[in-house]
Amino acid sequence: MTQSVDEIFEQICALIKPFNNKNVPLNKDTVFSVDLELDSLTVMDLLSEIEDEFDITVPLNMLPDLETIGQFTQAVQKLLSE
Amino acid sequence: MTLDLFDKFDPILKDYNSLPDGAANPFTVSMEKVLSPTTAIINGRETILAGTNNYMGMTFNAECIAAAQEALSTQGTGTTGSRVLNGTYNSHKQLETTLKEFYGTDHAIVFSTGYQANLGVISTLAGPKDYVVIDADSHASIYDGCAMGNATVVRFKHNNPENLDKRLTRIRRDDPEAGILVVLEGVYSMLGDQAPLKELTRISKDHKAYVLVDEAHSIGVFGETGRGVAQEQGVEDQVDFIIGTFSKSVGTIGGYCVSNHPKFEALRLVCRPYIFTASLPPSVVASATKALELIASTNLRSKLLDNSRKLNKGLKSIGFTMGTTGESPIAAIIVDDQNTAIAFWGEMLKEGVYVNLALPPATPNRLNLMRCSLSAAHTFEQIDFMLEKFELVGKKLGLIQEVSARATA
Repeated sequence: MTQSVDEIFEQICALIKPFNNKNVPLNKDTVFSVDLELDSLTVMDLLSEIEDEFDITVPLNMLPDLETIGQFTQAVQKLLSE
Repeated sequence: MTLDLFDKFDPILKDYNSLPDGAANPFTVSMEKVLSPTTAIINGRETILAGTNNYMGMTFNAECIAAAQEALSTQGTGTTGSRVLNGTYNSHKQLETTLKEFYGTDHAIVFSTGYQANLGVISTLAGPKDYVVIDADSHASIYDGCAMGNATVVRFKHNNPENLDKRLTRIRRDDPEAGILVVLEGVYSMLGDQAPLKELTRISKDHKAYVLVDEAHSIGVFGETGRGVAQEQGVEDQVDFIIGTFSKSVGTIGGYCVSNHPKFEALRLVCRPYIFTASLPPSVVASATKALELIASTNLRSKLLDNSRKLNKGLKSIGFTMGTTGESPIAAIIVDDQNTAIAFWGEMLKEGVYVNLALPPATPNRLNLMRCSLSAAHTFEQIDFMLEKFELVGKKLGLIQEVSARATA
């Protein structure tokens, strides 16, 4: 089953919900550290949820390049297609 | 106009500048005189050291001091060289032999610190095509070893065998031939919890992964001959690499890795944190060697764990929210508010007890902790004194009432 970018984005947003304490509106440009005020440990916890949701390995090495929800979405899509 | 390299630290400096001034600032403490493994003069008063990780009280052991003094006067103050360039004395080889005997392994390599042992072994063993799988609550030296290496780094939920299994299954599904190194700790230092090594090593072996266990906080403390949690839990034959430090139970500084892997000695040729730094000074090597001999046959382990149970039990019965259970030599209470935690720490020091203030991100689950690490050298009287002061400060800051009110609400 292949998922569209929008479906992946929606799934990721659902996973972010428990971390989004201030109910910040989410879009592809939302920055984890700035808009959601998540520290690096929390982003790693979120990454773990995403790995299990999509059944993929997202190496920690990728984290420096994943600052926004859009970047996360693209990374997940790429990993799913590999 | 150039960009100030220090601008990025402004948020940290803002937090730092909001800390109390003077003696109440945790970053300004220094000890005027160290009296023993458990006491020092701080701010002019005799203070109990409650967070030193000096588990065996080995820093003032007469035999260790004598060995160090002898080495100092016969071999000098330092080696001024790398292990591979005039920095290996017979005593360094002797220390490695002592480690091999201590662990019953074929190989042992000594590093200049425990931090460098993790940095060196993890970054070197796992290459570009390999995977390192680490516990989420791993020590900074493990994370830094991953950052320094070129392997793919995957993180699993703290002490969670099922979560590890999922990750290893995925890695094997995508890459059946990959080399995998799973990195665990015997005891996690902040909350003192042990890793369930039986389950974690079984899962790792099911997926043909190598297992490395960092016993920094468990060497000397657990196992019949003090080898650590792997010995305690009876899984030493499932562990491929054990890393440890001389800076806690052994009472000095330095790190090591032991293994039975037939090609282990290759690390001496390729491990940069081993090669590109000076080797340990002879006095340190001598006291570490002596301490390891003492640790193997000591009965201090039961005294240490008795001390820990007494402090943990006492703190719990006073009414504090506990972060620890007493299963290891760590006792930590949880303080919800960070400023209260900082104030608690300062009040404890004023009362003559020096505990560790442990704050996020160095703590799991973003906890603020008042952390104690017990020593076998602590007396029950000293622990009673600590408990008395914990209760006094807890009441003064309204922590205990707060807790009991919550319990009855």
